Amino acid sequence: MEENKTLYTITIFSENTVGVLNQITTIFTRRQLNIETLSVSPSAIKGIHKFTITTFSDDENVMKKLVSLIDKRVDILKAYYNTNEDLVHQELALYKLSTEKVLAHGSIEYLVRKYNVRILEVSTDCVVFLKAGHYEETQGLFEELAESIGVLQFVRSGRIAITKSKVERLSDMLAKRERENQEKWGNA
Amino acid sequence: MMNKNNQTPETISSPEKREQETEIISGSEILIRSLIAEGADTLFGYPGGAIMPVFDALYDHKHEIKHILVRHEQGAVHAAQGYARVSQKVGVALVTSGPGATNTITGITDAMMDSTPMVVISGQVASSLLGSDAFQEADVIGVTQPITKWVYQIRRVEDIAWAVSKAFYIASSGRPGPVVLDIAKDAQVNKCAYSYQKTIFLRSYLPEPEIEDDQIRMAADLINNAKKPLALVGHGVVLGNAEEELRAFLEKADIPFGSTILGLSAMPTDHPLNFGMLGMHGNVAPNMMTNQCDVLIAIGMRFDDRVTGDLNTYAKQAKVIHFDIDPAEINKNVKTTVKVSGNAKKTLPMVIALLKEQSHAAWLSEFKPYEQKEFDCIIKNELYPENGGEIKMGEVVHKVTEATHNKAVCVTDVGQHQMMSTRYFKFTESRSMVTSGGLGTMGFGLPAGIGAKYGAPERTVCIFVGDGGLQMTMQELGTIMEYDIDVKIILLNNNYLGMVRQWQELFFDERYSETHLKNPDFIKVADAYNIKGRKVTQRSELDEAIAEMLAHKGAYLLEVVVETKGMVYPMIPSGGSVTNILLGNGNKL
Repeated sequence: MEENKTLYTITIFSENTVGVLNQITTIFTRRQLNIETLSVSPSAIKGIHKFTITTFSDDENVMKKLVSLIDKRVDILKAYYNTNEDLVHQELALYKLSTEKVLAHGSIEYLVRKYNVRILEVSTDCVVFLKAGHYEETQGLFEELAESIGVLQFVRSGRIAITKSKVERLSDMLAKRERENQEKWGNA
Repeated sequence: MMNKNNQTPETISSPEKREQETEIISGSEILIRSLIAEGADTLFGYPGGAIMPVFDALYDHKHEIKHILVRHEQGAVHAAQGYARVSQKVGVALVTSGPGATNTITGITDAMMDSTPMVVISGQVASSLLGSDAFQEADVIGVTQPITKWVYQIRRVEDIAWAVSKAFYIASSGRPGPVVLDIAKDAQVNKCAYSYQKTIFLRSYLPEPEIEDDQIRMAADLINNAKKPLALVGHGVVLGNAEEELRAFLEKADIPFGSTILGLSAMPTDHPLNFGMLGMHGNVAPNMMTNQCDVLIAIGMRFDDRVTGDLNTYAKQAKVIHFDIDPAEINKNVKTTVKVSGNAKKTLPMVIALLKEQSHAAWLSEFKPYEQKEFDCIIKNELYPENGGEIKMGEVVHKVTEATHNKAVCVTDVGQHQMMSTRYFKFTESRSMVTSGGLGTMGFGLPAGIGAKYGAPERTVCIFVGDGGLQMTMQELGTIMEYDIDVKIILLNNNYLGMVRQWQELFFDERYSETHLKNPDFIKVADAYNIKGRKVTQRSELDEAIAEMLAHKGAYLLEVVVETKGMVYPMIPSGGSVTNILLGNGNKL
C-alpha cells in the first residue's frame, strides 16, 4: 500500500481485437502510473472484453484524464474509474504447502475456518489452498502460513469488481448508439 | 480478431449492392480499388520487396490514381500531410515493410500531434513469417500504436476492403488523425471476392460527442455578460470547416481573438478583430490580454505549453469556455468553466443563436497600445530596417507575402524562419498555413510543400526553409525535378541552427555548441536537380528576385543570405508566464 494515495479501480470495455492491452498500458506508461493488478476476460456481451485494472494515485484528476484518454481509443467502448467504496471486489489466491508440514502443524482446521479456505488438492507432496477475498485477507493468510508452515508457491489474481450503485449500462449505451445510427443513416 | 464475417455490428451495408459487385481479384487490386472508392487521387510512396504486389497493381491504374515517387519514406508521409492540410482530404502514403515503415514514424507522430487525416499503408512480410525476424520485418503495429489514432495488421485478403474503409472513416472523422494499415505480403497476393462498402458507424467509436443544450446556454450566457471577452482560435476550426461560423460568432459578439500557429489562416489576417498569433513568439497583445480578459473562449485548440507558458499564472482571472470535439482535451491543461463538446461547425451556430449583438470598443482599444509597442520595438525594424545591415528574415517573408497578394499557401520547416513566417505571412483564405506545430519536425517543409502543391494545384505554394531543416529532407528536390512540381522554395540561410543558437545566446551564456553549419552551395545543388535558383545577398536585389521567382514557371529556389545572429522576438521564455514577454534590445513592456 502506498501512503497518501488512493487505490483506483479502472473498468474498461473493448472490442476483442489484437493489441488492445498494449494500447491501454501505453496510456498508463505515459502518465507514469504503475499497474497494481490486472484482470481481463470476456464480458457478458459476446465479442466484448472487460479489463479491470487497479492503480494508486494521489490525484483524482489524473484518473479523470487517464480514463478519458483510454475512452478515446477507437477500439475501446467505455472506460470509467471507481474507488473501493463504490465496489464489491474480490481477488483469488492459491497457496501450495508441503503435505508433510501441514500434517505436522496440528491446527489446520483452525486456519481453514478462520480464513474460510477451500482445499483444492491433497497429494503426498503438497496441499493447495484457495482463498477468495480482499487483498488484506489473502495477504493475512499468506503471512500466517508463511510463518507457521512455509509456503512453497503463492499466486494472487488481479482484482475483479462490480459497482454497487448502478447497473452496468454498456448494453444500453450500445443499443442507443445502434439506434441513433439507424435513425441517421437508415439501412443505406 | 475481427473479420469480414462479423463486421455486421460495425458497418452497415446493403446486401443488394454486395451481390452486384462480386468479383474475384487479388488483395493488391482490392487495395487500389478501395483507395479509389475512398476518393484517393494521389499517393506518395516508395516501393520495396514487401509492397511490390501493390505497386504492380498500381501499374494498371495509372490514370485513375497518381503515385508520386518520393526519395525517402519520411518525404512520403510529410507530403501526404501537406496534401491533407490544404485539401480537406485524407493524405495517403504507401511504403514497404521494415525500414520503409520505420522511416514513416516521424511523419506519423507529426500527423498525430497536429490532428492530420492520413492513412499510411505499409507492406509486411508474409503472415507465415511474422514474428520470425524475417528480412525487413519490423513490429509496425507495436511501434505505431502509441502514435496513431488506429492501426491494423491485415493478414488475410478478405480483410483488406473493410480495413481500408474503416481506416478512412477513422482518419477523417471526429478529431482527425493518422491510421496505419500493415498488410502482409500473402494478403496482397491472394484472391477473394471484392465489394466495397464505406464505413459510417463503429459501435466503439463516437467521432463527435453529443452536444448538450445546457452547455450551449451557459456558454452564451457567459459571453453575453462578458465585458472583456477574448477568443483563442485553433486548428479545430479549420479541420471542422467552421471558418464562416467562427466569423459570424466573433463579429456578432464583437470578440477580439488570437490564433494558435495551426489556426492562423482560419480568419483573414487583416480582420479588425484579429490580434495575431498566440504563444511563445506570438503577438504581444493577445498574450497580455489573456491575463486581463474576463471570459476566455477557446475554440478547437488544446492549450499547448507553447501557447500557455506557465499554467499556474495563465488566465487565472478568467472564466474559460472550451469548444472542442475531443472530450479528452477538456480540463487537460486549463480548468474549464463551461465545456462545449462537439464539432465547432455545429456548436458555434447554436451559441450564435443565443448571443446578443455587442460592441466592445473600449476593450478593443486596450489592445492598441500593445500592438503599437510591438510595432515600434520589433516589427518596424524587422520588416522595414532603415539602417542597412544584413537582410532580416522578417522582411523577406513580408515581401513574399505582399508579392503574392497574401493569397499563397505558406509552408514552413521548423525554427526561426518558421516563427518569422507565422508572424509575418498574411492570409486571405483558410488552409493556407502548413507547418509542423505540435512535434516541431525539422525536415517537414520541403516534402510537405510538395504535398500541398498536389492538394491545391491552382495555388501558389511558398515553402520557407532554413539551411538546417532543408538539409534534413533535401533529397526531395529529386521528386520536385521528376514531377516538375511548381513550388517556390525560399531558403532563409543564416548558416546556423538559428533557434537553438538563439537559446544559446539567451540561456546558455552564448556558448554556441554545435549550431554553426558549414553549408554546401545550395544553388549548385538546385542546379544539379535542374531547379532554377538564385542567391541574394543584397537588400537591393530582393524585390526583383522575388518577382522573378513568382513569375518563373516551375520550381524555384531563392536563397536569401540573412542576418547570422538574428533573434525572434517577442519571446516568452519556456515555462514562463504568458505575460513575461521579452522584447529584445533592452526594450521593456
